[in-house]
Amino acid sequence: MEILYLLIPLSTALVLFILGVFAWALHGGQFEDLEREGERILLDDPPVPAVRPAGFDGDQNRPPEHEGVSRTI
Amino acid sequence: MAVSSRSAAPVYTDESVRWFALATILWGVVGMLVGVFIAAQLAWPQLNLGIPWLSYGRLRPLHTNAVIFAFGGSALFATSLHVVQRTCQTPLFLPWLAKLVFWGWQLVIVLAAITLPMGLTQSREYAELIWPIDVLIAVIWVSYAVVFFGTIGIRKVSHIYVANWFFGGYILAIALLHIFNNIQIPTSLTHSYSVYAGVQDAMVQWWYGHNAVGFFLTAGFLGMMYYYIPRQAERPVYSYRLSIVHFWALIFTYMWAGPHHLHYTALPDWAQSVGMVFSLVLLAPSWGGMMNGIMTLSGAWYKLRDDPILKFLIVSLSFYGMSTFEGPMMSIKTVNALSHYTDWTIGHVHSGALGWVGFITMGSMYYLIPRLFGRKQMYSPRAIELHFWIATIGVVLYIAAMWIAGVMQGLMWRAINPDGTLVYTFVESVKATYPFYVIRWLGGLLYLSGMLIMAWNTVMTMRAGKVAIVPVPPVAAAHA
Repeated sequence: MEILYLLIPLSTALVLFILGVFAWALHGGQFEDLEREGERILLDDPPVPAVRPAGFDGDQNRPPEHEGVSRTI
Repeated sequence: MAVSSRSAAPVYTDESVRWFALATILWGVVGMLVGVFIAAQLAWPQLNLGIPWLSYGRLRPLHTNAVIFAFGGSALFATSLHVVQRTCQTPLFLPWLAKLVFWGWQLVIVLAAITLPMGLTQSREYAELIWPIDVLIAVIWVSYAVVFFGTIGIRKVSHIYVANWFFGGYILAIALLHIFNNIQIPTSLTHSYSVYAGVQDAMVQWWYGHNAVGFFLTAGFLGMMYYYIPRQAERPVYSYRLSIVHFWALIFTYMWAGPHHLHYTALPDWAQSVGMVFSLVLLAPSWGGMMNGIMTLSGAWYKLRDDPILKFLIVSLSFYGMSTFEGPMMSIKTVNALSHYTDWTIGHVHSGALGWVGFITMGSMYYLIPRLFGRKQMYSPRAIELHFWIATIGVVLYIAAMWIAGVMQGLMWRAINPDGTLVYTFVESVKATYPFYVIRWLGGLLYLSGMLIMAWNTVMTMRAGKVAIVPVPPVAAAHA
């Protein structure tokens, strides 16, 4: 069963990689507001975005990378 | 390009999605036709016609490759490239590469359809294609990964929807499995030897083989399930939290179930047992996901009565539940002692393939195709209803026939006289299986007829519609 010398390191590396992705998702805020995320895909034409009063952003507690993502294409 | 699409209203890049959706229908018809033909050959061997290219041994891999990689593969490409754009609210990353993926994949399919009947094969189940085609597949797969993950990279919505996690997981896993299972030393353009030998080779092959089922035929299609069922039911998935748990549990446990394909072989006993235990563990995430999908209709069950697309989608989940219960059960060594090498295995595979993979694909395509051609629904909703019932009867006939045939074969092969000799010769079990082969062929014929109805409905929908240009909706501030 020398094949295990290939398959076990391969699976271990994979599990470590998956753990890394999971940690990124957890700390990157992917799981912050799950109930709303389930509903979001149903909105084809989201209503005109609510204009938020200035200074209201403070308590939104959104992940920081989010602003960056929304402007790139 | 980025600049121009920003100044005008950006639109979704659906060209490759549209082509892959049509390819799904075409290869579905072709793959299932070959399946019906080889099912007929099992009942009536004269149909081999004495022509090598039409013999069962060469057409069987053509059937499996056509339905898994041409039909299922095209469906996965179409839906993943559609879902990732809609849920990330951005056009595709490198749309030209997506087109290249389409034509490259069609080339692979055509090469498979030429080489397999010629008898050119690596003799690895579900990885029969010879090494030059394997190289081509690897290149296309990496391009596909670039398009998919690139699109996630340029998403406008910070949250990555659960369907994309399933699609992403399947893309990475298949890349890994394909590469490590196909490490070969070529001896000529059409022939090569595996670098592994003996039982090592068998272990790698079934590590690949089972995960081809686990990731290609399950994780990818669960991605479809988590997008198209909520969309068609117009309700969010029952528990989004559970869907996240479903994904991570499945990803962490699937990789080691492969050895259950090698029970009672030269593979060490402990490795067989590990495979069995992992297979049993898989029941939990599978059933969690199934319940989650079905319960999405909770409080709206009436929709199931009138909507044939939802019938396809929800019944696919009941077949998913059935085959993910049957699979772990068959992986138990004492059960496997009866079921292995019998037609029960073929029945099990087809309850997953026809019932789960086929139905979720058909439901998703019935949702997707009219939208790609600027229509609200398919040309004939009644034809969808008809397709659903014909296909359901077909699947039930198929798997019931194979269950009976399989258990009967298992019992006949192990029956022993008091003096230790076998009660039945092998050919007696073949003869006893004949009526069930005919019923199975009939079930397959019905399933193919349903697919032909779908093809007709698709052509009519295309003729009545036109290529749809769908603008990317603005990202609502609260969700961005």
